[in-house]
Amino acid sequence: MYTQALDTHGKEPVVAAAGESAAHANRFQSRVDADEKIEPKDWMPDAYRQTLIRQISQHAHSEIVGMLPEGNWITRAPSLRRKAVLIAKVQDEGGHGMYLYSAAETLGVTRDQLFEQLLSGVAKYSSIFNYPTLTWADVGAIGWLVDGAAIMNQIPICRCSYGPYARAMVRICKEESFHQRQGFEIMLTLAQGTPAQRSMAQEALNRWWWPSIMMFGPSDADSKHTAQSMRWKIKRFSNDELRQKFIDVTVPQAHFLGLTIPDAQLRWDEATQHYSGGPIDWSEFNAVLKGNGPCNRERLQARRTAWEAGRWVREAASAHALKLAERTTEAA
Amino acid sequence: MTDAGKTPAAPEWPLFEVFIRSRAGLEHKHVGSLHAADARMAIEHARDVYTRRQEGVSIWVVPSAQIIASDPEEADALFEPARDKVYRHPTFYAIPDEVKNL
Repeated sequence: MYTQALDTHGKEPVVAAAGESAAHANRFQSRVDADEKIEPKDWMPDAYRQTLIRQISQHAHSEIVGMLPEGNWITRAPSLRRKAVLIAKVQDEGGHGMYLYSAAETLGVTRDQLFEQLLSGVAKYSSIFNYPTLTWADVGAIGWLVDGAAIMNQIPICRCSYGPYARAMVRICKEESFHQRQGFEIMLTLAQGTPAQRSMAQEALNRWWWPSIMMFGPSDADSKHTAQSMRWKIKRFSNDELRQKFIDVTVPQAHFLGLTIPDAQLRWDEATQHYSGGPIDWSEFNAVLKGNGPCNRERLQARRTAWEAGRWVREAASAHALKLAERTTEAA
Repeated sequence: MTDAGKTPAAPEWPLFEVFIRSRAGLEHKHVGSLHAADARMAIEHARDVYTRRQEGVSIWVVPSAQIIASDPEEADALFEPARDKVYRHPTFYAIPDEVKNL
């Protein structure tokens, strides 16, 4: 599901670690330039490894935390069909988190370390999940806009230079399309419904439009990691390019729904053949990133509670596995 | 407030590599990895993580620690000898066009 430009927060990568020979570094870069994939046991610069660990794990955390806003509506879905679909979607997000955690682990970090970084608040996840889902229409808006933005971000990562990340992303992108379509279908049903349902859809669009636009990360002028990530082919397009692409495909979809994008300055520009909109309020984005969004504390608390409440299950399963192994040895 | 965020008391479940046969007649193919307490649980988790859309009819799981892999640093020594033996391929041989069924 959902990355924002995940390389935008976190530590600056080191340029070159001590002991890395220029010969290795040159050979690595020429492999990347030739569009060869880098695999787990291949030599790679430490900064490349650290950048990937940070980006892939933030991506994984986003999938896991992303289960929470939608999970909020599973018990209140308006029909059995919608409920089955929503369960399947939330389960997919969990699955996406699992693919990504195992891709990150190929770089030499453990699953427990990754969980610990999330639960202690050290690791970031996509700030979009710190917004609440107030009505059923929010579930539609998330699928349509948030998953739509995520697809825009993720399709280029299918060609990422790091093999395990690229392969996980191919699998994720295949599953993502259903997420966006089911969201749009919810919006369409509401948009064609009663006046109350229409205004519910419009209010959800009002709530999710700007946060979705901000998922692409800071504008290129303020994006500090973009150049290096492009050189390494971890990233293929800049934040602003992807954001523009998303706006261009999404505005006509809103028109089809008969809904209004909450941006009074939005207009079609004949000269550039793109939509252009009003300025983005980055102070809100930064406040949410710093932990002051509407749900930051609630989301982390939910993950901590889940981890703690599951502890006895993990321990019991380990004890059971040990016992079975001992029995097998005795029998032999 | 819980003590989450601290190092967990129990060691993490071991890692398994997962291989899926997508349908009868095809080979098992590596799809990824996952953690499980034992092999039985690894199969069950693999079902949930890797076959939610009928991607498989059979699953293999192998403890990751049991995989022995070649060293990328030795790739040249291992694979270079095959590089100059193009005569192992049928296209190496020039056969006139009018000769059929060869």
